[in-house]
Formats: sequence, structure tokens, C-alpha cells
Amino acid sequence: MTPHLPPHASLRWNPARGEWLLMMPEEVVVLNETAASVLALCDGRRGLAAIVSELETEYEGVEEAQVEELLRGLAGQRLVELR
Amino acid sequence: MTIPAPLGMLAELTHSCPLHCAYCSNPVELVAGTDELSTAGWVSVFAAAAALGVAQVHLSGGEPLRRRDLPELSAACRERGLYTNLITSGVGLTGERLAALAVDHVQLSVQDADPEGAARISATRTWRQKLAAARVVKERGLPLTVNVVLHRHNVDHVESLVALAERMGADRLELAHTQYYGWALRNRDWLLATAAQVRAADAVVRAAAARLAGRIELAYVSPDLHTGWPKPCMDGWGRRQLTVTPSGNVLPCPVADLLPDLTVENVRYRPLRAIWYESESFNRFRGTDWMREPCRSCPRRDVDLGGCRCQAYQFTGDAAVTDPACRYSPHRPLVEAVLGAAERSVGGPPGHRRR
Repeated sequence: MTPHLPPHASLRWNPARGEWLLMMPEEVVVLNETAASVLALCDGRRGLAAIVSELETEYEGVEEAQVEELLRGLAGQRLVELR
Repeated sequence: MTIPAPLGMLAELTHSCPLHCAYCSNPVELVAGTDELSTAGWVSVFAAAAALGVAQVHLSGGEPLRRRDLPELSAACRERGLYTNLITSGVGLTGERLAALAVDHVQLSVQDADPEGAARISATRTWRQKLAAARVVKERGLPLTVNVVLHRHNVDHVESLVALAERMGADRLELAHTQYYGWALRNRDWLLATAAQVRAADAVVRAAAARLAGRIELAYVSPDLHTGWPKPCMDGWGRRQLTVTPSGNVLPCPVADLLPDLTVENVRYRPLRAIWYESESFNRFRGTDWMREPCRSCPRRDVDLGGCRCQAYQFTGDAAVTDPACRYSPHRPLVEAVLGAAERSVGGPPGHRRR
């Protein structure tokens, strides 16, 4: 699994809202902190294991199964593509 | 109720447009060029919007390219971190013009699958300019949405419209049945598709969506009058979006100024933040407390949000009733009568044409 953002989607920090947003043509999705930190690592180069180990440098108790589940959920909402 | 900050703003920079589409939803009373906000006026609107939490600005009209200051206006959006979506007819969108604009995405309107049909609905010949516009958008590597408003005279061409969008290199294709406001309401009998046309289009869209999956995203807006399921007004009145008209009026939806008793606020006289949070107009239909039956006790009330307030007003004279498009509305017979009239064919040219 090498997740990447959908074509033409980008992550942006919105200072006025204090929120991470996923910007897509004609659509904005407000992300929670967990989803934002995972999506920020979905660059189409890192695999699942690499994403998990990145997350471990910042958060405690990261579990690969949970990250995978989150990614599958986000993919179901078409906010990330898994390949 | 906590009032959320807006995410998107539709900036109608001008009502001036080279096309004269019979389905235009601009108001019948168009704003004159002399009443338009100045460059500085729009720049301060964008600054206020960004400070309010707006993330995405749709630069629209009329035809936004008719504003000579569009490069400055789009740059002002980008400086404030706003994602900009240019909504255009494509007329005048040359490579040179596009290179001067700070836009993140372009939505290009297409009127029909062939030059003759497009000329009939828009009363202009812009076919080649649209093909050229699509080309320059893709040459710059920008995402392209092709938008088609569907009605009686082009709804049978969905298959060819999809093929055209593919040829144009579209990343997204929006096929949206006409919504009846402004000029479109005046031409409703001429525009309304028959039930059989809608059924056929639905099937073609389903097949196309399956075929295009993973390549082109297909967004389909069903005709609420035909389906009996109302559209959730703006995803909630005063919840996600606001519209600023060419003269600086601030509206909860692009057509809300058709409600005669709505006190319309203007950015020249009141800050955008105060209008969003405090104005009577933005609070009128916020949340669900305003709802009456059958909406109030309906399990779909948080899905449909009562439907469209403006359509409720247009059909019944009361903006606070259930949208008559809804199959559960006691006013549904008014919609059935309109649909019945559409089954009897209307030929000739449209009765009304915007300037």
C-alpha cells in the first residue's frame, strides 16, 4: 500500500479556522488532527510501514492496523488513494 | 447553536457575460457595471473572507474574465491563502490571459455537444473558443471541470457530452439539471425535460460514471422537481457558503435576494463577519428550528434540510414551508402541474433572453 492524495488535492493549514483542510476542486474537507497527520505523509512514495514509523516519531502507541483502518476509511470517502 | 465559520465564497464579480443562456440563474434585474465593487472593494472582501475562515473562493459572474482587474483579484485571493476556482464560459480565456491569473482550478461551461445546439441555448457562437479554453487550461497543468446545465434541448445528448468532456481532457464533469431561478424560471416551460428524458439520462449517466471511474469524476445533479427529493439548500443556510454579488450584496445563497422580505446586507455598509454571524438574513433559516411540518418530524430533515427556501417561496409565496419539490410537501401538486405541462412539447425559441 502506497497511499497518495487524489489528483489535484492538497493539504492546507487554515490559520483563521485553526484547522487542516483538504482542498479539492469545488470541495473543501475539514480534517481532524489524526487524519491530517496521516494524510500529510501520503506522498505516493512512503508505504504503510514508513508512514507508521514517521508517525511514531511524533505520537505514542501508533499501531499499524489502526493507521491502515484509518486510511481505508479515508479512501472510502475518496480523500486518499491506496495503491 | 454554534454558528460554523464559512468554508466557501461565491464571488460574482460582474453580471456582464458574452453568453445569453436561457437557463441563466442570474437575477432578472442585472447589476449594471457602474454599480460593481471596485478592485479595492473586492480585495477587502477577500481579506475579510480569509479572516473569517473561508478557504475556497469561486470567481464567477456573469463572466469573470470581463473584469480587467481579474489578475489583481485572483492574486489577492492567493496572497491570503484562498484556493481559487475560476468559473468561466471560456470566452476570452487565452493562454496569455490564463498565465496572468492566480487560479487553482477552472470550471468551464459547455452548453451542448455540438456547435448548433450550443448556439441555440446561448444565442452566441463560442464553440471554438471553449475548445481552445480547455486546451490552455490543460496546457498549464490545471485541473479542469466541465460543467453542463441539462434541459429539454440537450439532455438527450449526455453520451456525446461525456465524449466531449473526455476530448477536452476534463478531470471532472458536472452534469446538472437546470435549477429554476432568474431567467431559467421565466423560461421553465421551454427548458423542462420530460420524465422519459430524465429516466434515459439517468441510465446514460450511470453507465458513464462506471466507465469513467478512476479517470474522470462525474458529478450528477438530479432534477429535484422530477425526483421528488429536494436539494439540501446550500448544505444548510448560513452553514458553509456565502455569495457576494457584483454590487457587494451578501447572500446566504446566490438567488436569495428573490425573497422580497429578506433584509439584504452589503459589504460597503457592514463588515462581512457581522453579516455572517449576526445578520437577520443569515440567521433566518439557520439550523432546523425554523422548520414546520412535514419537515419538523421527518427522518430526512437533516439530509434534505427542508429543501430550497427560494423554491418554496417561488411556488407558494412562503419561504418557510417545505420545498414543494419534496414528495411529502402538501404543495407537491403545484410541481406536478408544472411537470405535466412539460410533457406537452414546447418548440420555438425561449421566451426570455438576458442581455
